[in-house]
This record gives sequence, C-alpha cells and structure tokens, in this order.
Amino acid sequence: MALSSFSINTNMKHFSRGLRISTAITLALASTMTMGNANAARTDITVGMQLEPPILDPTGGAAAAIDEVVYANVFEGLTRFGSDGSVNPALASEWSVSDDGKTYTFTLHQGVKFHDGADFTAEDVKFSLDRALAETSTNAQKQLFANIDSVNVIDDHTVEIVLLARDGNLLFNLAWGDAIMLDEASVDDAAIKPVGTGPFTFSNWVQGDKIELVKNPDYWGEPAKLDKVVFKFISDPTAAFAATMSGDVDTFTVFPAPENLAQFDADPRFNVLLGSTEGETILSMNNQLAPLDDVRVRKAIAHAIDRSAIIDGAMYGYGTPIGSHFAPHNPAYIDLTANSQFDPALSKELLAEAGLADGFTTTLKLPPPSYARRGGEIIAAQLREVGINVEISNLEWAQWLEQVFRGKDYGLTIVSHTEPMDINIYANPDYYFQYDNVAFQALMGAFNTQTDPERRTVMLKQAQKIISEDYVNGFLFQLAKTGVANAKVKGLWQNSPTQANDMTGVYWED
Amino acid sequence: MLRYLFKRLTSLALTLLVASVVLFVTIEIVPGDPASFMLGINAQADTLEALRAELGLDKSKPVRYWQWLTGMLQGDFGTSYTYKTPVANMIGERMWISLPLTLFALLISTAIAFPAGIYAASRRGRFGDAAVTGMTQLGVAIPNFWFAMLLVSFFAIKLGWFSSGGFVGWDQGLLAGLKSLLLPAIALALPQAAILTRVMRSSLLDVLSEDYMRTARAKGMSKRSAIWRHGLRNAMIPVLTILGLQFSFLLAGAIIIEKVFYLPGLGLLVFQSIAQRDLIVVESVVMLLVFAVVTVTFLVDLAYAWVDPRLRTRS
Repeated sequence: MALSSFSINTNMKHFSRGLRISTAITLALASTMTMGNANAARTDITVGMQLEPPILDPTGGAAAAIDEVVYANVFEGLTRFGSDGSVNPALASEWSVSDDGKTYTFTLHQGVKFHDGADFTAEDVKFSLDRALAETSTNAQKQLFANIDSVNVIDDHTVEIVLLARDGNLLFNLAWGDAIMLDEASVDDAAIKPVGTGPFTFSNWVQGDKIELVKNPDYWGEPAKLDKVVFKFISDPTAAFAATMSGDVDTFTVFPAPENLAQFDADPRFNVLLGSTEGETILSMNNQLAPLDDVRVRKAIAHAIDRSAIIDGAMYGYGTPIGSHFAPHNPAYIDLTANSQFDPALSKELLAEAGLADGFTTTLKLPPPSYARRGGEIIAAQLREVGINVEISNLEWAQWLEQVFRGKDYGLTIVSHTEPMDINIYANPDYYFQYDNVAFQALMGAFNTQTDPERRTVMLKQAQKIISEDYVNGFLFQLAKTGVANAKVKGLWQNSPTQANDMTGVYWED
Repeated sequence: MLRYLFKRLTSLALTLLVASVVLFVTIEIVPGDPASFMLGINAQADTLEALRAELGLDKSKPVRYWQWLTGMLQGDFGTSYTYKTPVANMIGERMWISLPLTLFALLISTAIAFPAGIYAASRRGRFGDAAVTGMTQLGVAIPNFWFAMLLVSFFAIKLGWFSSGGFVGWDQGLLAGLKSLLLPAIALALPQAAILTRVMRSSLLDVLSEDYMRTARAKGMSKRSAIWRHGLRNAMIPVLTILGLQFSFLLAGAIIIEKVFYLPGLGLLVFQSIAQRDLIVVESVVMLLVFAVVTVTFLVDLAYAWVDPRLRTRS
C-alpha cells in the first residue's frame, strides 16, 4: 500500500504542472456553484467504514460493524457507554439495588417512543431481555445475560431484574450493543429494517454501498444536530484514501491505512483524531502445547519481543505498549511493561534453563488485519534471533475461528481483543489460549460478585499482575483509534470505549 | 441449423449440471463455519446450534444440494446467511451495476479496438501500424487497478470532475449513473481494448493474404472496399471469440476494479461472501456467472454459424 500511494502522489505532481489553468477554471466554477449555501453549515455527513455490517440488529450477530452503525444512533439500551468508557443512564433514568445486591429496579424515561410510533414501556424491557436469554436466542454475547434469573414488569415505567447472584457487572453488561431494547412488532425485520428509540431513524440501505440514517424529530432526549448520516463502505485502503482526499467521505473514524495519517495530519483540510480503544493486541500462546506450557519458555518469548519495533514497523508508531491484558486509559490500569522488557540475552538464558538451548519450532497463525500480518513478520524475525523458529501461515477470519479459536490447533497467533474490560477471559480454561490458573479463576469469581468500586479496582490490579507474571501471552500494544475527519467536523468520539460511531453530538462548524 | 441448435443446448444444460456439482462440493469443503463467523468469539455452544438450525446448516449435504438445485430452477436462490435477505434480490441489485459496467466497458473497448485494429492492419509495417502496436503493448502491460488509481488521483482528487468511486444509483438519472461508471469502465476497457486491437489486426492480416482477397483486388476493387466487403466478415471469428471471453471476464473479473472504485457489484459481493463464509451467496452468484459464461459461449457459437455458414453444416 505504501508503494501505491507513493505512485499516486508523484503522478499528481507531474499532472499538476500542465493543468494549473484548467484546475483554476474548475475551482472557480465549483466555488460559484456552492456559493448559495456557503454561509449555512452543512447538516449531513458521510462516514466511511471499511466493513459493511451484515445485518443491522446488534442482538443477532457479532460483527463490530453492526454497532458502528446503530449503537447510540438507532438503538439504545437501559444504560450506555460514554465516550470516556463510563457507564451512563440511557433509557433507564435511574435505578436502585436491593440490600442483597440481587434485585435491580430500573425507572424508565417517560414519553419514549420507538421509531414506528409504539410507546417504549417496561414490557419492551422484559421482551428484549427474555429474548436474549431464550434457548433459541442467537445473541452473540449471551454470556452477558447468564446471571439474570428473571425480568419482572412492576408498572409501565418500572422494571425489576432479579439476579442469580450478586453481580458488579450488570450495568456495564446492559450498556453493550447486544443488550439494546427492541420493539416486539419489529423483531422479525430488525436485521434489515431496524426500529429503535435513538436520535436517528433508519432510512435506507443499499447493500454493499451505503446506509442512510435521518434525524428522529420525536427523540425523547437531546436531539441530534445533523439531519442525515450516510455510512459509506469502502474496503480498499487506497480507495479510502482517494475518497477522503476528494471529499466524497467526510470522516473515517478508523482510517484503514496508518501510513497515510501523516499526510492527512500535514493537510489543513483534515484533522487526525488519535485516541485509545479497548483493543489489547497480543501474541497469544497455546498454554497447553509443549513447550509453551512451560512458563520459562513463555517468559523467554515475552523478553524476545521488541514492542517499539512492532509498533513502529506494523502500526507506523500508533499504539501504546502494554504489559498485561488491560487498557491503559482505564483508571485501574497499572504499567507492567517492565515484566517483559526487550532482553534477548535473558530469553536465551531462560530457554537454556528450560532445556531448549538449541531453540524450537512452533506455528504462528495470522488472521487478516494488518497489525497481525505485519506484526507477525516482525515477531518471527525477533524470535529467530533467540533461536525460536516460527512457521507463519496466513488465515482468513473464518479459518482462524475454526483452527485457532475453536480447534486450538496453533502455537502462536496475533489478535486484538476489542471487547471492553475482557480480562475475565483468562478465567476460562477452555478459552483458546487455555490458561488454567485456579487462583486467577477464584479472583475473577470474587470480582464478579463484588459491587464496591474500590474493592473492584484492587482486584483488577491484582488480576493484571497475575497474568503478567504468568506470561500467559505476549502482551504487545493497545490498538490506537486513528480517525481522519474534515477539519470542520466537530463532536466525533476521540476514543473508542466500544466499537461505535455515536453521531448524536456531531456537527459542522461554519 | 435446428439440429445444431439442439446439440448445443443439450451440451449447455449438461455443462451447467456438472458445474453445479463441482461448485457445491468445492465450496462446502472450504474450512470455516458460517455460524461461527457470524457470532464471533464469545458465542456459546447452544447459540451456535440455534443459529445453525435457523440457517438449515444442520441438514445433510446431499439434502442441501438438492434443495439448492431445485430452488434455483424455480428462481429461488435461497436466503443469505449473513445479510438475511433473499440472494435473488441481492444478485438483482448488484446486476444493475455489474451488467451496465460490463457492457459499457465492452462498448468502449470495441469502439477503440475495431478502428485501431483495422487501421493498423491496413497500414502494415508503416508508422501508423507501429504506433498502434506500441500503444497496445503498453495497454496490455499496465495493470488495470493501477491505471484506475491514476484515473482517480487525476480526475477525482486533482480535478474534482468525478467522485472517487461509488455508484449514485439509477434513480439519479441515466446520465448521473453512466457518469459514475465512466472511470471504472475506462479502467476496465483499456487493457481489453489493447488485446482486442491486436487480435483484430492479426486476424485481418491473415485474411488479407487469402486468395479471395487477391481476387477481389484483381477485379479492380480498392483496398479499402475489399477490406470492408470481404475482409472484415472473415476476420470476425477470432474477434468474436475474444469478445465472448472478455464479456465473461469483465462480468466476473471486475472484482479489483469494483474494490478500487467501491462499486457494489457482483465481484465485490462474491469477494465479501467468501470471506464471511456466506456459502449460499457464493454458490448462487458463481453459478450465475457460470451460467452467463456458458450462455455467452453458446451465443458466440451461434454467431460463428451466422458469420460463417460453413460451420452450420459441418457440425
């Protein structure tokens, strides 16, 4: 990609010399044509996305692109994520918790209507949550609701959720896109014609091309500033560059080619929005596969990796080094990168200690994203330096899910875990890296039932330490959010606490 | 002629049947489960089972093949696993981009290739011939996606005359629709035009050395009218073959151009569906493309017979 964009630029310079005059004429024409509305700020926006959502019902699929279109725009839940990752009230205005911590009573906003005109009531809450819990449910995050015993309607605007056990995560879980509120009448068509309660209503979907949302004039809360939002799907990074440069797209909230960011940054017409995401990018290791089942070997791998070389080489410098499976912007974060500093000499010592002085061979299976493909090549070279030989194979996502994730047929892989606050995956011994530590599992069990924020923070810090010191995986870096937007577009999320493009507060500056 | 037609039709039907079996088997053995892909990494086992049942993936392969085949004969291509919409509708929508794009590109390519090929052949060995041949060399050598990026960087980014890609929709009017297809069509057409020009030229040159051409000239016909009256018709067979191949190539092979211009056509649909393991879409679209290729070949065969009456009796 770097090569192709280079050729575009050099060619542009050649062309420009001969055609200055015609460009001037075009510009003059263009400016007279837009003169009419030059003073009024625009009220529509075109948002570029690399992947198209397969469906628009967030309760029916795992694709991040679904939430990127509808979360907070079309659909809302009882609670929601703010741009800083905090959990805030949404359709529930307030809630109270019983003394035993097992009953949550939610008060719902009054006068909320679905886009089809139906009133939003406690019945809809019961319907939506029961549907997610049902045996025939195809909710991709069904585990979020596993602790719910029953949902009871108290009156039209009061609903009670009874839990099986105390749960400190309930409000957080209810903020996920997979827990949004649906109208029973619209459920059958929700995949292609979503009906929610949000500030935008679904208007049109040209599959393979774009999705259009328009402002909901009857929104119950603070109304949207834009009249129309178009999500345009452009999978090719070079095409994304061209579309942004030519103004066909006003913003890419995650620009697919980090190598182009410097060029946008230098151009006054654009703003580059750098922020954090929930994506812990890790070199996952199969903890049950010899010799990776030996902590000394895993530690050797961790010390053989030079993170800054990976961030510079694979991500063009965008990314924050991590030493555990935890997002640096979270208040409970502790910096543990010192545990796995780049130290090839120590790696060799550790390998010798483990009886592998001559090194060993394992597999490195890489999914499609460029962080994995580019990062994989660099890591392979770094591991070779300490005598570890890796056989790289490039997989598609579907193959990766089957071979690596479900089949656990791998030695090493690179993947970014983009779910928010997902350190509890280490408590599941069947998870693909097969880390089985009873102490950690007990800690997470206690954490899940703990509701006191301070105690929870202490436990999270402890959890980060345990997996860091057990060298479960090679912790590489936190994926950066690298957005590009027209300099006049304001109100876009800088960070990405969940994969969403909340357009509610977005507007054009005059 | 009727027997010829019947024979060709039977072989067409058999080809399609064999193709459907090969296609189904090939796609079904590709590793990767559509349900896992859709539900991602946190999906529970019971959720996966529920979704597989919903998609009909729990039935045996022969049953699914039979349902697919009989469904297609009735015009029912099934429902997309991921998009949850009927495949026939999806194909229909995409067709309105891919087919016009293909025809547009074909039109541009013949509009360039026919005159250029005839011109080069009639000026054999002289400067004009060398110039045309040199240009075709360049046309064949330049990758169409690179040429497409040049077009975008110049006409869309620099001049702003065209948008950098995408399709406005036919509801914006014929002209707006054709305008958004113009750059992709040119990018697709130029390499094809180069090939076609070369075929046209060499085919015409072969014909020019035939006895009947010399006879025509000996009768006192000018070179130009000898080419128009006798030469072209006889030189058309190889040109038609290439045109038929190009049609299929353009219809199915525009994937990269569709990606560069982010046009939601058939090529992009196949590409996406393979990555998402939307097997039913892949199977149906590829089957449709096979059908298109086989039908075009059939039409080209008929065109041979029309151009060259000797073929009708020989077969």
